[in-house]
Amino acid sequence: MGTHVIKMPDIGEGIAEVELSAWHVKVGDLVVEDQVLADVMTDKAMVDIPSPVHGKVISLGGVPGEVMAVGSILISIEVEGAGNYKESAQPAAVAEVKAEPAKAAPAPAPKVEAVAPGKPAAACRPAPVAPVARTADERPLASPAVRKHALDAGIQLRLVQGTGPAGRILHEDLDAYLAQGPGASSAAGNAYRERHDEEQIPVIGMRRKIAQRMQDATQRAAHFSYVEEIDVTAVEELRAHLNEKHGASRGKLTLLPFLVRALVVALRDFPQINARYDDEAQVITRLGAVHVGIATQADIGLMVPVVRHAEARSLWDSAGEIARLATAARNGKASRDELSGSSITLTSLGALGGIVSTPVLNLPEVAIIGVNKIVERPMVIKGQIVIRKMMNLSSSFDHRVVDGMDAAQFIQALRGLLEQPATLFVE
Amino acid sequence: MQTLNTTLLIIGGGPGGYVAAIRAGQLGINTILVEGQALGGTCLNIGCIPSKALIHVAEQFHQTRQHSQHSALGISVAAPSLDIGKSVEWKDGIVDRLTTGVAALLKKHKVQVIHGWAKVVDGKTVDVGDTRIQCEHLLLATGSNSVNLPMLPIGGPIISSTEALAPKSLPKHLVVVGGGYIGLELGIAYRKLGADVSVVEAQERILPAYDAELTQPVHEELKKLGIKLYLKHSVQGFDSEANTLQVSEPDGGTLRLATDRVLVAVGRKPNTQGWNLEALNLQMNGAAIKIDNRCATSMRNVWAIGDLSGEPMLAHRAMAQGEMVAELISGKNREFNPTAIAAVCFTDPELVVVGKTPDEAKAAGVDCIVASFPFAANGRAMTLESKSGFVRVVARRDNHLILGWQAVGVGVSELSAAFGQSLEMGARLEDIAGTIHAHPTLGEAVQEAALRALGHALHL
Repeated sequence: MGTHVIKMPDIGEGIAEVELSAWHVKVGDLVVEDQVLADVMTDKAMVDIPSPVHGKVISLGGVPGEVMAVGSILISIEVEGAGNYKESAQPAAVAEVKAEPAKAAPAPAPKVEAVAPGKPAAACRPAPVAPVARTADERPLASPAVRKHALDAGIQLRLVQGTGPAGRILHEDLDAYLAQGPGASSAAGNAYRERHDEEQIPVIGMRRKIAQRMQDATQRAAHFSYVEEIDVTAVEELRAHLNEKHGASRGKLTLLPFLVRALVVALRDFPQINARYDDEAQVITRLGAVHVGIATQADIGLMVPVVRHAEARSLWDSAGEIARLATAARNGKASRDELSGSSITLTSLGALGGIVSTPVLNLPEVAIIGVNKIVERPMVIKGQIVIRKMMNLSSSFDHRVVDGMDAAQFIQALRGLLEQPATLFVE
Repeated sequence: MQTLNTTLLIIGGGPGGYVAAIRAGQLGINTILVEGQALGGTCLNIGCIPSKALIHVAEQFHQTRQHSQHSALGISVAAPSLDIGKSVEWKDGIVDRLTTGVAALLKKHKVQVIHGWAKVVDGKTVDVGDTRIQCEHLLLATGSNSVNLPMLPIGGPIISSTEALAPKSLPKHLVVVGGGYIGLELGIAYRKLGADVSVVEAQERILPAYDAELTQPVHEELKKLGIKLYLKHSVQGFDSEANTLQVSEPDGGTLRLATDRVLVAVGRKPNTQGWNLEALNLQMNGAAIKIDNRCATSMRNVWAIGDLSGEPMLAHRAMAQGEMVAELISGKNREFNPTAIAAVCFTDPELVVVGKTPDEAKAAGVDCIVASFPFAANGRAMTLESKSGFVRVVARRDNHLILGWQAVGVGVSELSAAFGQSLEMGARLEDIAGTIHAHPTLGEAVQEAALRALGHALHL
């Protein structure tokens, strides 16, 4: 019997730390080759860590949410034969186990991913520390003082969730349970009762990534927001017509592919807006290709899948790609490539779009276009009040490298294209 | 007939009864305690305390005699002699001080003590002589008696632990019937006082309530002391003419052991006879009164605690139950739900068991880590001339919650406090391993056992 050690793999991004998201095994489990052991997260992509060996899990190297150094011990597995690990072995003698990233090709993006400045590398633990759930007939684990307090308060400790080591019920747990009051479990509680309950939700995984990216963006970029209203009556008529004519065969169009098309056309004259600003290297990279990030709400949080080479896509091509990416992102199936490398981002809350929003840049991009909801409003056209479909675009630019005039002119160009939809397709 | 009225009436002034009375007094409950013999019960008068006193005398005598023969410590003394009458006097002095102390505590807490034998009339009425006591709550705490063997009636050379603890003279030969903790504690003491001692035990091991690994160091010490063991032997009877005990051998033969005294120590039974307990017609649990987790019997406001309510028959259990019942009667919400009750054998070496043993954990279907640390690797043990024994810990494999502690070795009875506390507080192996234990103490073996369970004992 030997021990096979799997270390936190280098996903090939040049990053030093990776967040452990979830375990799929526990100590004592038998695992087979290729069985997924853990999920780890880099940037916004989950990567499965498969087992390269058959064996029994001896120890886990971290707890979910922990940021671990690349190369630190992730898991130890007892295997037939010698294994790859000896207690006294030099570190160099330990074979690195490379996990297979979803795709081997390096991402085209420059080092977009800010690495979490988290804790130092986690030390290897001999056993899990997560609390275990009690079975129904198991006596609650609590100190005599807590037990006495519970008896005095007429509380069955069985009903109290323990947050201490090994699920031990602490004084704090009992206090929290008492603070809920007797009506807590009954649905018909007093709606006007004072509440003192608090719930602590660890900021880990996706949420931590999003928080870091948002904070980073607002701290580094000089946000400049600009709102303009756009008469989308004509483009909506065109959309309705195309859906009526081709909807059955080519699929229904939303407004998004028209917006993507408008971006592609307008950006031809504003290369400074289809760009990435590396503020450490002090280099602006202007891109010929238009890779449009589409902000998408998934269960685990905000994701930005990317429609690549939008300049080479027809309306239906864009529409199909947007739908495919949105589904993939929501199901957590989007690959790393599909979630990185955008040059500009579109963000839309659809019917919840509101009147104005202040989008946060998706660094290192320099522009993000926010789409507000379409409303029918009375407008004055040639001295007449007419009802028009109006929509606001709320956009943010990185004012460090995009001047206000350029930004305004770019939005006016978008407006012109959308209000005269034929110009979207005239070369 | 005089009639007294009270809220709480306690029958029995042993550790269970007197603690219940003190606590009830503290809580302002009007309390009467009835005791037929001496306050403190078996524990103070003819059990725990006198036996520890006798063991101490025996140990001191034994040590001195060792030094008079050959002393590795370099001590030289003349061969000691023993005045057993004085020893008993000294022991009685301790007992007197303690029982007087109990009486003072009861008085301080305004408990009325009535000396006499209680006779139950009904669940709210008890007669003591020509006094009738009416109560709201009746607490039964009459304790237990030694089990007698029909072929060995107590009297003359046949004695129980009570007589063995107050000897007028020392026997030349003592045969102890029963290899449990009472028989061995007294057997070892008598051996150290100079008697030839044999132990007859029907089962195949001494201390059959404990596992073989744990009892092994005791077994070895018995051999070293020259105590003869007759395991799988059972007693047939005593020939008082020839002063021989007839014992059945495992192969069916009969052995005759010449002896001038026979100590019968084959266990204890709840004291349910002679005080008209039958009048209450309580539900029983074997020979004991059946109680729930509040020490309530099948009759409302009639409570039972201690040995009367069955195993484990331990003074500290009775005290905890008594305290709880007083609080229940005062209107508090309580239940008797300890994680563990320590059991200690004051043999040589001592033995302590708290919580689950490896076998019990296994039987309960819990996946466990079991680790032990030998006193042979403990510096303090060496300075106490003790090399045998170990500390053993049992913990859940999944979350390292400690389920039990066992130890055998010189002085390990005092480790029971640490063991009990770690179990009640819900300690995990890491908690004990992460607590700095003073050096040089036996307690270091406790920490080392936890470390060993975690795979990294330092001194092994």
